[in-house]
Amino acid sequence: MSARMPEGAARPLRIGSGAGYAGDRWEPALELVEQGGIDVLSFECLAERTIAREALSRRNRQSDGYNPLLAERIRSVLPAARARGVRIISNMGAANPEAAAEAVIEIARAQGLKGTRVAALLGDDVLNWVLTHPELAFLETGETVGSVESRIVSANAYLGADAIAKALATGADVVITGRVADPALFLGPAIATHGWAPDDPRIAQGTVMGHLLECAGQVTGGYFADPGKKDVPAPWALGFPYADIWPDGRVCIGKVAGSGGRIDRMTCTEQLLYEMHDPAAYITPDCVLDVTQADFVEIAPDVMEVIGARMGPRPDTLKVSVGYLEGFIGEGQMSYAGINAVARARLAGEIVQKRLELRGYHYDDLRIELIGIESLHGAGEPAASRPEPYEVRLRVAGRTPDKTAATVVGHEVETLLTNGPAGGAAEAKAVREILRVQSVLIPRAEIRIQVKVFEA
Amino acid sequence: MSLRVYDLAQSRTGDKGDRINVSVIAYDEDGFRHLGEHLTCERVMQAFAGLAHGPCQRYELPKLRAYNFVIDRALDGGVTRSMRMDIHGKSLSSLMLTIELPELA
Repeated sequence: MSARMPEGAARPLRIGSGAGYAGDRWEPALELVEQGGIDVLSFECLAERTIAREALSRRNRQSDGYNPLLAERIRSVLPAARARGVRIISNMGAANPEAAAEAVIEIARAQGLKGTRVAALLGDDVLNWVLTHPELAFLETGETVGSVESRIVSANAYLGADAIAKALATGADVVITGRVADPALFLGPAIATHGWAPDDPRIAQGTVMGHLLECAGQVTGGYFADPGKKDVPAPWALGFPYADIWPDGRVCIGKVAGSGGRIDRMTCTEQLLYEMHDPAAYITPDCVLDVTQADFVEIAPDVMEVIGARMGPRPDTLKVSVGYLEGFIGEGQMSYAGINAVARARLAGEIVQKRLELRGYHYDDLRIELIGIESLHGAGEPAASRPEPYEVRLRVAGRTPDKTAATVVGHEVETLLTNGPAGGAAEAKAVREILRVQSVLIPRAEIRIQVKVFEA
Repeated sequence: MSLRVYDLAQSRTGDKGDRINVSVIAYDEDGFRHLGEHLTCERVMQAFAGLAHGPCQRYELPKLRAYNFVIDRALDGGVTRSMRMDIHGKSLSSLMLTIELPELA
Protein backbone atom coordinates (compact mmCIF):
# COMPACT_ATOMS: atom_id res chain seq x y z
CA MET A 1 0.00 0.00 0.00
CA SER A 2 1.19 3.48 -0.77
CA ALA A 3 1.90 5.85 2.09
CA ARG A 4 -1.09 7.96 1.10
CA MET A 5 -3.58 5.19 1.75
CA PRO A 6 -3.23 4.26 5.43
CA GLU A 7 -5.53 1.34 6.16
CA GLY A 8 -8.52 2.26 8.30
CA ALA A 9 -7.38 5.81 8.99
CA ALA A 10 -10.10 8.35 9.78
CA ARG A 11 -9.26 10.55 6.81
CA PRO A 12 -11.20 10.19 3.60
CA LEU A 13 -9.87 8.44 0.56
CA ARG A 14 -9.99 10.76 -2.45
CA ILE A 15 -10.71 9.05 -5.79
CA GLY A 16 -10.56 10.91 -9.11
CA SER A 17 -12.40 10.03 -12.30
CA GLY A 18 -10.02 10.32 -15.24
CA ALA A 19 -12.27 9.31 -18.14
CA GLY A 20 -15.94 8.58 -18.74
CA TYR A 21 -15.47 6.70 -21.99
CA ALA A 22 -12.67 5.26 -24.13
CA GLY A 23 -11.92 8.42 -26.08
CA ASP A 24 -12.48 11.02 -23.34
CA ARG A 25 -10.44 14.23 -22.96
CA TRP A 26 -6.85 13.84 -21.71
CA GLU A 27 -6.04 16.92 -19.60
CA PRO A 28 -8.62 16.66 -16.80
CA ALA A 29 -6.99 13.49 -15.44
CA LEU A 30 -3.58 15.16 -15.19
CA GLU A 31 -5.23 18.18 -13.57
CA LEU A 32 -6.70 15.85 -10.92
CA VAL A 33 -3.31 14.23 -10.25
CA GLU A 34 -1.38 17.49 -10.08
CA GLN A 35 -3.89 19.75 -8.33
CA GLY A 36 -6.68 17.52 -7.01
CA GLY A 37 -4.89 15.91 -4.08
CA ILE A 38 -6.26 12.52 -5.10
CA ASP A 39 -5.10 9.14 -3.78
CA VAL A 40 -6.48 7.05 -6.63
CA LEU A 41 -7.28 7.81 -10.27
CA SER A 42 -9.77 5.54 -12.06
CA PHE A 43 -10.43 5.54 -15.80
CA GLU A 44 -13.66 4.03 -17.14
CA CYS A 45 -12.96 3.23 -20.79
CA LEU A 46 -14.97 0.15 -21.76
CA ALA A 47 -18.38 0.38 -23.41
CA GLU A 48 -20.81 -2.52 -23.76
CA ARG A 49 -19.58 -3.90 -27.07
CA THR A 50 -16.01 -2.60 -27.05
CA ILE A 51 -14.72 -5.76 -25.41
CA ALA A 52 -16.18 -7.88 -28.26
CA ARG A 53 -14.45 -5.61 -30.76
CA GLU A 54 -11.17 -6.01 -28.88
CA ALA A 55 -11.62 -9.78 -28.66
CA LEU A 56 -11.66 -9.80 -32.46
CA SER A 57 -8.45 -7.72 -32.55
CA ARG A 58 -6.83 -10.22 -30.21
CA ARG A 59 -7.78 -13.09 -32.54
CA ASN A 60 -5.89 -11.33 -35.32
CA ARG A 61 -2.87 -10.52 -33.14
CA GLN A 62 -2.22 -12.09 -29.74
CA SER A 63 -0.61 -8.93 -28.32
CA ASP A 64 -3.67 -6.79 -29.20
CA GLY A 65 -7.09 -6.69 -27.62
CA TYR A 66 -6.80 -3.82 -25.17
CA ASN A 67 -7.75 -0.15 -25.49
CA PRO A 68 -5.76 1.35 -28.40
CA LEU A 69 -5.44 4.67 -26.55
CA LEU A 70 -3.99 3.07 -23.41
CA ALA A 71 -0.39 4.04 -24.13
CA GLU A 72 -1.18 7.68 -24.78
CA ARG A 73 -3.41 7.97 -21.71
CA ILE A 74 -1.05 6.20 -19.29
CA ARG A 75 1.99 8.07 -20.61
CA SER A 76 0.28 11.39 -19.91
CA VAL A 77 -0.36 10.71 -16.20
CA LEU A 78 2.07 8.04 -15.01
CA PRO A 79 5.08 10.21 -14.07
CA ALA A 80 2.95 12.69 -12.10
CA ALA A 81 0.97 9.87 -10.48
CA ARG A 82 4.10 7.96 -9.44
CA ALA A 83 5.69 11.14 -8.06
CA ARG A 84 2.68 11.70 -5.80
CA GLY A 85 1.88 8.09 -4.95
CA VAL A 86 -1.43 8.20 -6.83
CA ARG A 87 -2.58 4.72 -7.78
CA ILE A 88 -4.22 4.15 -11.15
CA ILE A 89 -7.09 1.77 -11.91
CA SER A 90 -8.61 1.18 -15.34
CA ASN A 91 -10.64 -1.27 -17.39
CA MET A 92 -8.52 -0.37 -20.44
CA GLY A 93 -7.35 -4.00 -20.42
CA ALA A 94 -10.56 -4.88 -22.31
CA ALA A 95 -10.10 -8.33 -23.87
CA ASN A 96 -6.41 -8.61 -22.95
CA PRO A 97 -5.49 -7.18 -19.51
CA GLU A 98 -2.15 -9.02 -19.42
CA ALA A 99 -0.93 -7.49 -22.66
CA ALA A 100 -2.20 -4.12 -21.46
CA ALA A 101 -0.28 -4.49 -18.17
CA GLU A 102 2.88 -5.33 -20.13
CA ALA A 103 2.32 -2.23 -22.25
CA VAL A 104 2.14 -0.12 -19.07
CA ILE A 105 5.40 -1.71 -17.89
CA GLU A 106 7.05 -0.73 -21.19
CA ILE A 107 5.87 2.86 -20.71
CA ALA A 108 7.09 2.95 -17.11
CA ARG A 109 10.54 1.75 -18.22
CA ALA A 110 10.68 4.27 -21.05
CA GLN A 111 9.74 7.03 -18.59
CA GLY A 112 12.43 5.91 -16.13
CA LEU A 113 9.88 4.82 -13.53
CA LYS A 114 11.77 1.74 -12.42
CA GLY A 115 10.01 -0.39 -9.83
CA THR A 116 6.52 0.51 -11.04
CA ARG A 117 4.24 -2.44 -10.31
CA VAL A 118 1.29 -3.26 -12.49
CA ALA A 119 -1.42 -5.81 -11.65
CA ALA A 120 -3.56 -7.44 -14.33
CA LEU A 121 -6.94 -8.62 -13.07
CA LEU A 122 -8.09 -11.77 -14.86
CA GLY A 123 -11.19 -13.91 -14.58
CA ASP A 124 -13.88 -11.90 -16.37
CA ASP A 125 -13.38 -13.91 -19.57
CA VAL A 126 -15.95 -16.73 -19.27
CA LEU A 127 -16.19 -17.62 -22.95
CA ASN A 128 -15.46 -21.31 -22.34
CA TRP A 129 -18.13 -21.57 -19.65
CA VAL A 130 -20.73 -19.91 -21.91
CA LEU A 131 -19.87 -22.17 -24.84
CA THR A 132 -20.43 -25.23 -22.67
CA HIS A 133 -23.93 -23.96 -21.76
CA PRO A 134 -25.71 -23.64 -25.13
CA GLU A 135 -29.06 -24.04 -23.38
CA LEU A 136 -28.71 -20.66 -21.64
CA ALA A 137 -31.28 -18.09 -22.79
CA PHE A 138 -30.32 -14.47 -23.39
CA LEU A 139 -32.03 -12.13 -20.93
CA GLU A 140 -32.98 -9.66 -23.68
CA THR A 141 -34.62 -11.86 -26.33
CA GLY A 142 -34.90 -15.37 -24.87
CA GLU A 143 -32.89 -16.80 -27.80
CA THR A 144 -30.42 -19.46 -26.68
CA VAL A 145 -26.66 -19.20 -26.69
CA GLY A 146 -26.68 -22.31 -28.87
CA SER A 147 -28.58 -20.53 -31.64
CA VAL A 148 -25.68 -18.11 -32.25
CA GLU A 149 -22.84 -20.30 -30.97
CA SER A 150 -20.66 -20.33 -34.08
CA ARG A 151 -20.71 -16.52 -34.25
CA ILE A 152 -19.80 -15.79 -30.59
CA VAL A 153 -16.55 -13.84 -30.20
CA SER A 154 -16.53 -12.98 -26.49
CA ALA A 155 -18.23 -13.53 -23.14
CA ASN A 156 -17.22 -11.42 -20.17
CA ALA A 157 -18.62 -11.31 -16.66
CA TYR A 158 -19.00 -8.01 -14.82
CA LEU A 159 -16.60 -8.42 -11.90
CA GLY A 160 -17.12 -6.44 -8.73
CA ALA A 161 -15.20 -4.25 -6.30
CA ASP A 162 -13.94 -7.28 -4.36
CA ALA A 163 -11.89 -8.35 -7.39
CA ILE A 164 -10.36 -4.88 -7.69
CA ALA A 165 -9.59 -4.81 -3.98
CA LYS A 166 -7.77 -8.11 -4.43
CA ALA A 167 -5.63 -6.59 -7.19
CA LEU A 168 -4.91 -3.53 -5.02
CA ALA A 169 -3.87 -5.79 -2.14
CA THR A 170 -0.79 -6.79 -4.16
CA GLY A 171 0.45 -3.23 -3.63
CA ALA A 172 0.40 -2.52 -7.35
CA ASP A 173 0.72 1.09 -8.49
CA VAL A 174 -1.48 0.42 -11.52
CA VAL A 175 -4.37 -2.05 -11.79
CA ILE A 176 -5.55 -3.05 -15.26
CA THR A 177 -8.81 -4.94 -15.64
CA GLY A 178 -11.05 -6.30 -18.34
CA ARG A 179 -14.80 -6.21 -17.75
CA VAL A 180 -15.78 -4.92 -14.31
CA ALA A 181 -18.91 -3.08 -13.24
CA ASP A 182 -18.21 0.61 -13.80
CA PRO A 183 -18.92 1.71 -10.19
CA ALA A 184 -16.53 -1.00 -8.95
CA LEU A 185 -13.59 0.97 -10.39
CA PHE A 186 -14.28 3.48 -7.60
CA LEU A 187 -15.84 1.28 -4.91
CA GLY A 188 -12.89 -1.14 -5.17
CA PRO A 189 -10.27 1.21 -3.70
CA ALA A 190 -12.78 2.36 -1.04
CA ILE A 191 -13.38 -1.15 0.32
CA ALA A 192 -9.65 -1.94 0.04
CA THR A 193 -8.76 1.13 2.11
CA HIS A 194 -11.59 1.07 4.62
CA GLY A 195 -11.68 -2.72 4.96
CA TRP A 196 -15.40 -3.18 4.34
CA ALA A 197 -16.77 -6.73 4.15
CA PRO A 198 -18.98 -7.71 1.15
CA ASP A 199 -22.17 -7.28 3.21
CA ASP A 200 -21.18 -3.97 4.85
CA PRO A 201 -24.05 -1.46 4.40
CA ARG A 202 -21.53 1.33 3.65
CA ILE A 203 -21.08 -0.36 0.26
CA ALA A 204 -24.32 1.40 -0.74
CA GLN A 205 -22.65 4.79 -0.34
CA GLY A 206 -19.54 3.55 -2.14
CA THR A 207 -21.63 2.26 -5.02
CA VAL A 208 -23.57 5.49 -5.43
CA MET A 209 -20.22 7.30 -5.39
CA GLY A 210 -18.97 5.05 -8.18
CA HIS A 211 -22.14 5.58 -10.17
CA LEU A 212 -21.78 9.37 -9.89
CA LEU A 213 -18.10 9.29 -10.91
CA GLU A 214 -18.09 6.66 -13.66
CA CYS A 215 -19.04 9.04 -16.49
CA ALA A 216 -16.48 11.66 -15.39
CA GLY A 217 -17.61 15.05 -16.74
CA GLN A 218 -21.28 14.05 -16.77
CA VAL A 219 -21.50 15.01 -13.07
CA THR A 220 -19.48 18.23 -13.35
CA GLY A 221 -21.58 19.98 -15.98
CA GLY A 222 -20.75 17.89 -19.02
CA TYR A 223 -23.69 16.72 -21.14
CA PHE A 224 -25.77 19.30 -19.29
CA ALA A 225 -25.63 22.76 -20.88
CA ASP A 226 -28.67 24.36 -22.49
CA PRO A 227 -27.79 28.00 -23.20
CA GLY A 228 -29.92 30.46 -21.30
CA LYS A 229 -31.62 27.67 -19.36
CA LYS A 230 -28.85 25.56 -17.85
CA ASP A 231 -25.54 27.36 -18.32
CA VAL A 232 -22.15 25.81 -17.59
CA PRO A 233 -19.04 27.90 -16.86
CA ALA A 234 -16.05 27.23 -19.18
CA PRO A 235 -17.21 23.88 -20.63
CA TRP A 236 -14.06 23.84 -22.77
CA ALA A 237 -12.03 23.40 -19.57
CA LEU A 238 -14.44 21.09 -17.76
CA GLY A 239 -12.96 19.72 -14.55
CA PHE A 240 -13.47 16.01 -13.91
CA PRO A 241 -14.85 14.91 -10.52
CA TYR A 242 -13.28 13.39 -7.47
CA ALA A 243 -15.01 11.96 -4.43
CA ASP A 244 -13.95 11.91 -0.81
CA ILE A 245 -15.16 8.75 0.90
CA TRP A 246 -14.77 8.49 4.67
CA PRO A 247 -14.51 5.28 6.71
CA ASP A 248 -18.09 5.83 7.94
CA GLY A 249 -19.40 5.92 4.35
CA ARG A 250 -19.76 9.69 4.02
CA VAL A 251 -19.29 10.77 0.37
CA CYS A 252 -18.65 14.22 -1.10
CA ILE A 253 -18.18 15.01 -4.79
CA GLY A 254 -15.88 17.87 -5.86
CA LYS A 255 -13.56 19.09 -8.60
CA VAL A 256 -10.31 21.06 -8.86
CA ALA A 257 -10.80 24.73 -7.89
CA GLY A 258 -10.71 26.98 -10.94
CA SER A 259 -11.58 24.26 -13.43
CA GLY A 260 -14.60 24.64 -15.71
CA GLY A 261 -18.00 23.14 -15.10
CA ARG A 262 -20.29 23.03 -12.06
CA ILE A 263 -21.33 20.57 -9.37
CA ASP A 264 -24.69 21.12 -7.74
CA ARG A 265 -28.02 19.49 -7.07
CA MET A 266 -28.99 19.73 -10.74
CA THR A 267 -25.87 18.10 -12.19
CA CYS A 268 -25.75 15.43 -9.48
CA THR A 269 -29.41 14.43 -9.79
CA GLU A 270 -29.18 14.08 -13.58
CA GLN A 271 -26.19 11.79 -13.24
CA LEU A 272 -27.65 9.82 -10.33
CA LEU A 273 -30.57 8.73 -12.52
CA TYR A 274 -28.45 8.19 -15.65
CA GLU A 275 -28.78 4.58 -16.88
CA MET A 276 -30.82 3.72 -13.80
CA HIS A 277 -33.99 1.69 -14.13
CA ASP A 278 -35.84 0.78 -10.92
CA PRO A 279 -34.29 3.29 -8.49
CA ALA A 280 -35.04 0.91 -5.61
CA ALA A 281 -33.10 -1.92 -7.26
CA TYR A 282 -30.05 -0.92 -9.29
CA ILE A 283 -28.25 -4.23 -9.65
CA THR A 284 -24.46 -4.27 -9.41
CA PRO A 285 -22.08 -7.14 -8.54
CA ASP A 286 -21.52 -5.52 -5.12
CA CYS A 287 -25.05 -4.75 -3.95
CA VAL A 288 -28.57 -4.01 -5.13
CA LEU A 289 -28.56 -0.25 -4.76
CA ASP A 290 -31.62 1.70 -3.60
CA VAL A 291 -31.51 5.47 -4.20
CA THR A 292 -35.17 6.19 -3.45
CA GLN A 293 -34.15 7.92 -0.19
CA ALA A 294 -30.96 9.46 -1.56
CA ASP A 295 -30.47 13.20 -1.51
CA PHE A 296 -27.80 15.85 -2.09
CA VAL A 297 -26.55 18.49 0.35
CA GLU A 298 -24.43 21.45 -0.71
CA ILE A 299 -21.31 21.59 1.47
CA ALA A 300 -19.63 24.45 -0.42
CA PRO A 301 -19.81 25.83 -3.96
CA ASP A 302 -19.05 22.88 -6.30
CA VAL A 303 -18.94 20.41 -3.39
CA MET A 304 -21.96 18.16 -2.91
CA GLU A 305 -22.52 15.46 -0.33
CA VAL A 306 -24.67 12.49 -1.32
CA ILE A 307 -26.64 10.93 1.51
CA GLY A 308 -29.19 8.20 2.05
CA ALA A 309 -28.09 5.43 -0.33
CA ARG A 310 -29.31 2.04 0.84
CA MET A 311 -28.81 -1.50 -0.41
CA GLY A 312 -29.93 -5.08 -0.55
CA PRO A 313 -27.48 -8.01 -0.58
CA ARG A 314 -25.25 -8.56 -3.60
CA PRO A 315 -26.66 -11.02 -6.15
CA ASP A 316 -25.51 -14.64 -6.36
CA THR A 317 -25.08 -14.32 -10.12
CA LEU A 318 -23.07 -11.93 -12.28
CA LYS A 319 -24.13 -10.49 -15.62
CA VAL A 320 -22.20 -11.73 -18.63
CA SER A 321 -22.07 -9.78 -21.90
CA VAL A 322 -21.91 -12.16 -24.84
CA GLY A 323 -20.70 -10.61 -28.11
CA TYR A 324 -21.44 -12.21 -31.47
CA LEU A 325 -21.31 -11.31 -35.13
CA GLU A 326 -24.63 -10.52 -36.77
CA GLY A 327 -24.09 -9.36 -40.32
CA PHE A 328 -23.52 -5.89 -41.70
CA ILE A 329 -25.04 -2.42 -41.86
CA GLY A 330 -24.46 -0.47 -45.08
CA GLU A 331 -25.21 3.23 -45.16
CA GLY A 332 -25.22 6.20 -47.52
CA GLN A 333 -25.97 9.91 -47.08
CA MET A 334 -26.57 12.85 -49.43
CA SER A 335 -27.56 16.47 -48.69
CA TYR A 336 -30.07 18.81 -50.35
CA ALA A 337 -30.65 22.52 -49.68
CA GLY A 338 -32.77 25.47 -50.82
CA ILE A 339 -36.17 25.57 -52.50
CA ASN A 340 -38.02 22.22 -52.53
CA ALA A 341 -35.06 20.50 -50.80
CA VAL A 342 -37.30 18.15 -48.82
CA ALA A 343 -39.15 16.91 -51.93
CA ARG A 344 -35.87 16.34 -53.76
CA ALA A 345 -34.46 14.40 -50.81
CA ARG A 346 -37.65 12.29 -50.58
CA LEU A 347 -37.41 11.50 -54.30
CA ALA A 348 -33.76 10.54 -53.82
CA GLY A 349 -34.76 8.06 -51.11
CA GLU A 350 -37.43 6.57 -53.36
CA ILE A 351 -34.92 6.17 -56.18
CA VAL A 352 -32.47 4.31 -53.92
CA GLN A 353 -35.20 1.98 -52.67
CA LYS A 354 -36.32 1.15 -56.24
CA ARG A 355 -32.71 0.67 -57.39
CA LEU A 356 -32.04 -1.83 -54.60
CA GLU A 357 -35.19 -3.73 -55.58
CA LEU A 358 -34.31 -3.66 -59.30
CA ARG A 359 -30.87 -5.04 -58.55
CA GLY A 360 -32.38 -7.85 -56.46
CA TYR A 361 -30.94 -6.96 -53.06
CA HIS A 362 -32.98 -7.69 -49.98
CA TYR A 363 -32.47 -6.42 -46.44
CA ASP A 364 -33.62 -7.58 -43.02
CA ASP A 365 -34.31 -3.92 -42.41
CA LEU A 366 -34.05 -0.89 -44.68
CA ARG A 367 -34.25 2.58 -43.19
CA ILE A 368 -34.80 5.70 -45.34
CA GLU A 369 -34.99 9.00 -43.47
CA LEU A 370 -34.21 12.68 -43.67
CA ILE A 371 -31.69 14.15 -41.26
CA GLY A 372 -33.12 17.49 -40.23
CA ILE A 373 -36.67 16.17 -39.96
CA GLU A 374 -37.08 12.68 -38.52
CA SER A 375 -33.75 10.90 -37.99
CA LEU A 376 -33.56 11.38 -34.21
CA HIS A 377 -37.12 11.63 -32.93
CA GLY A 378 -38.98 9.80 -35.71
CA ALA A 379 -41.91 11.07 -37.68
CA GLY A 380 -44.31 11.16 -34.72
CA GLU A 381 -45.26 14.02 -32.44
CA PRO A 382 -44.45 16.86 -32.83
CA ALA A 383 -43.51 16.25 -36.49
CA ALA A 384 -46.65 17.91 -37.78
CA SER A 385 -45.66 21.18 -36.15
CA ARG A 386 -42.04 21.06 -37.31
CA PRO A 387 -41.17 23.73 -39.90
CA GLU A 388 -39.62 22.48 -43.14
CA PRO A 389 -35.83 22.93 -42.86
CA TYR A 390 -33.71 24.82 -45.39
CA GLU A 391 -31.25 21.93 -45.59
CA VAL A 392 -31.88 18.21 -45.25
CA ARG A 393 -29.73 15.12 -45.58
CA LEU A 394 -30.97 11.80 -46.92
CA ARG A 395 -29.82 8.78 -44.96
CA VAL A 396 -30.34 5.22 -46.18
CA ALA A 397 -29.24 2.27 -44.04
CA GLY A 398 -29.70 -1.45 -44.67
CA ARG A 399 -29.01 -4.44 -42.42
CA THR A 400 -28.11 -7.77 -44.00
CA PRO A 401 -25.95 -10.87 -43.40
CA ASP A 402 -24.41 -10.26 -46.87
CA LYS A 403 -21.49 -7.81 -46.98
CA THR A 404 -21.94 -7.17 -50.70
CA ALA A 405 -25.58 -6.20 -50.21
CA ALA A 406 -24.52 -3.87 -47.40
CA THR A 407 -21.93 -2.20 -49.63
CA VAL A 408 -24.49 -1.62 -52.38
CA VAL A 409 -26.58 0.68 -50.13
CA GLY A 410 -23.91 3.35 -49.95
CA HIS A 411 -23.06 2.92 -53.61
CA GLU A 412 -26.65 3.47 -54.74
CA VAL A 413 -26.80 6.66 -52.65
CA GLU A 414 -23.54 7.80 -54.22
CA THR A 415 -24.81 7.26 -57.80
CA LEU A 416 -27.50 9.86 -57.06
CA LEU A 417 -24.75 12.38 -57.75
CA THR A 418 -25.11 12.01 -61.52
CA ASN A 419 -28.41 10.11 -61.72
CA GLY A 420 -30.61 11.47 -58.96
CA PRO A 421 -32.51 14.69 -58.21
CA ALA A 422 -30.96 18.12 -58.79
CA GLY A 423 -28.49 19.59 -56.37
CA GLY A 424 -27.47 16.51 -54.34
CA ALA A 425 -24.19 17.15 -52.50
CA ALA A 426 -21.70 15.95 -49.91
CA GLU A 427 -22.21 12.21 -50.32
CA ALA A 428 -20.84 9.76 -47.79
CA LYS A 429 -20.98 5.98 -47.42
CA ALA A 430 -19.89 3.32 -44.95
CA VAL A 431 -20.20 -0.37 -44.13
CA ARG A 432 -19.77 -1.77 -40.64
CA GLU A 433 -19.88 -5.26 -39.22
CA ILE A 434 -22.45 -5.69 -36.47
CA LEU A 435 -21.20 -6.96 -33.14
CA ARG A 436 -24.31 -7.65 -31.17
CA VAL A 437 -24.24 -7.99 -27.40
CA GLN A 438 -26.74 -9.87 -25.25
CA SER A 439 -26.56 -11.03 -21.65
CA VAL A 440 -26.71 -14.20 -19.60
CA LEU A 441 -26.12 -14.78 -15.87
CA ILE A 442 -23.29 -16.81 -14.38
CA PRO A 443 -23.23 -18.18 -10.83
CA ARG A 444 -20.64 -16.30 -8.77
CA ALA A 445 -19.01 -19.62 -7.79
CA GLU A 446 -17.99 -20.23 -11.43
CA ILE A 447 -15.75 -17.15 -11.48
CA ARG A 448 -12.00 -17.65 -10.95
CA ILE A 449 -10.28 -14.38 -10.12
CA GLN A 450 -6.57 -14.24 -10.82
CA VAL A 451 -4.14 -11.36 -10.33
CA LYS A 452 -0.81 -11.25 -12.19
CA VAL A 453 1.76 -8.67 -11.10
CA PHE A 454 4.44 -7.24 -13.38
CA GLU A 455 7.33 -4.97 -12.35
CA ALA A 456 9.22 -2.41 -14.42
CA MET B 1 -47.09 29.50 -25.85
CA SER B 2 -48.33 26.38 -24.09
CA LEU B 3 -46.58 24.75 -21.17
CA ARG B 4 -43.94 22.15 -21.98
CA VAL B 5 -42.04 19.68 -19.81
CA TYR B 6 -39.04 21.86 -20.71
CA ASP B 7 -40.52 24.69 -18.63
CA LEU B 8 -40.78 22.55 -15.51
CA ALA B 9 -37.92 20.07 -15.59
CA GLN B 10 -34.50 18.90 -16.76
CA SER B 11 -33.94 15.49 -18.37
CA ARG B 12 -31.24 12.97 -19.33
CA THR B 13 -31.48 9.65 -21.19
CA GLY B 14 -29.52 6.48 -20.46
CA ASP B 15 -29.53 3.13 -22.27
CA LYS B 16 -29.09 -0.57 -21.51
CA GLY B 17 -29.66 -2.96 -24.38
CA ASP B 18 -32.98 -2.12 -26.04
CA ARG B 19 -34.26 -0.27 -22.96
CA ILE B 20 -33.92 3.42 -22.14
CA ASN B 21 -34.50 5.46 -19.05
CA VAL B 22 -35.44 9.12 -19.31
CA SER B 23 -35.24 11.11 -16.09
CA VAL B 24 -37.51 14.11 -15.58
CA ILE B 25 -36.29 16.23 -12.68
CA ALA B 26 -38.60 19.07 -11.66
CA TYR B 27 -37.22 22.50 -10.78
CA ASP B 28 -39.70 22.94 -7.89
CA GLU B 29 -42.49 21.27 -5.90
CA ASP B 30 -45.30 22.75 -7.99
CA GLY B 31 -43.72 21.44 -11.15
CA PHE B 32 -43.19 18.02 -9.57
CA ARG B 33 -46.89 17.80 -8.65
CA HIS B 34 -48.02 19.02 -12.07
CA LEU B 35 -45.78 16.52 -13.85
CA GLY B 36 -47.02 13.79 -11.53
CA GLU B 37 -50.57 14.50 -12.56
CA HIS B 38 -50.12 14.99 -16.30
CA LEU B 39 -46.87 13.36 -17.44
CA THR B 40 -48.18 9.82 -17.36
CA CYS B 41 -46.69 6.85 -19.20
CA GLU B 42 -49.61 7.09 -21.63
CA ARG B 43 -48.72 10.69 -22.45
CA VAL B 44 -45.04 9.83 -22.85
CA MET B 45 -45.71 6.84 -25.11
CA GLN B 46 -47.90 9.05 -27.29
CA ALA B 47 -44.88 11.29 -27.89
CA PHE B 48 -42.56 8.33 -28.39
CA ALA B 49 -44.91 6.63 -30.87
CA GLY B 50 -42.98 5.09 -33.74
CA LEU B 51 -39.78 5.17 -31.69
CA ALA B 52 -40.52 2.96 -28.71
CA HIS B 53 -42.88 0.05 -28.33
CA GLY B 54 -42.89 -0.12 -24.54
CA PRO B 55 -44.07 -1.05 -22.05
CA CYS B 56 -43.29 2.07 -20.05
CA GLN B 57 -42.83 2.26 -16.30
CA ARG B 58 -42.72 5.48 -14.25
CA TYR B 59 -40.80 5.54 -10.96
CA GLU B 60 -41.10 8.40 -8.46
CA LEU B 61 -38.33 9.91 -6.36
CA PRO B 62 -40.05 12.59 -4.25
CA LYS B 63 -36.89 13.62 -2.36
CA LEU B 64 -35.21 14.52 -5.64
CA ARG B 65 -38.49 15.80 -7.17
CA ALA B 66 -37.81 13.39 -10.01
CA TYR B 67 -39.55 10.82 -12.18
CA ASN B 68 -37.69 8.06 -13.96
CA PHE B 69 -39.36 6.69 -17.08
CA VAL B 70 -38.12 3.27 -18.15
CA ILE B 71 -39.21 2.32 -21.66
CA ASP B 72 -38.67 -1.08 -23.22
CA ARG B 73 -38.05 -1.87 -26.89
CA ALA B 74 -36.99 1.70 -27.48
CA LEU B 75 -33.75 1.41 -29.46
CA ASP B 76 -34.52 -0.56 -32.60
CA GLY B 77 -33.14 -3.74 -31.06
CA GLY B 78 -30.42 -2.10 -28.97
CA VAL B 79 -27.22 -0.15 -29.34
CA THR B 80 -25.30 -2.97 -30.94
CA ARG B 81 -27.63 -3.59 -33.90
CA SER B 82 -29.72 -0.43 -34.22
CA MET B 83 -29.97 1.16 -37.66
CA ARG B 84 -30.68 4.57 -36.19
CA MET B 85 -28.22 7.42 -36.14
CA ASP B 86 -28.82 7.86 -32.42
CA ILE B 87 -28.10 4.28 -31.43
CA HIS B 88 -28.06 5.11 -27.70
CA GLY B 89 -31.24 7.18 -27.74
CA LYS B 90 -29.28 10.04 -26.21
CA SER B 91 -31.38 12.68 -27.97
CA LEU B 92 -34.63 11.32 -26.55
CA SER B 93 -34.45 13.48 -23.40
CA SER B 94 -34.94 16.42 -25.78
CA LEU B 95 -38.11 14.75 -27.10
CA MET B 96 -39.38 14.28 -23.55
CA LEU B 97 -38.90 18.01 -22.92
CA THR B 98 -41.05 18.94 -25.97
CA ILE B 99 -44.16 17.26 -24.52
CA GLU B 100 -46.94 19.79 -23.99
CA LEU B 101 -48.97 19.83 -20.79
CA PRO B 102 -52.04 21.68 -19.52
CA GLU B 103 -51.25 25.10 -18.01
CA LEU B 104 -50.44 25.26 -14.29
CA ALA B 105 -53.51 26.05 -12.18
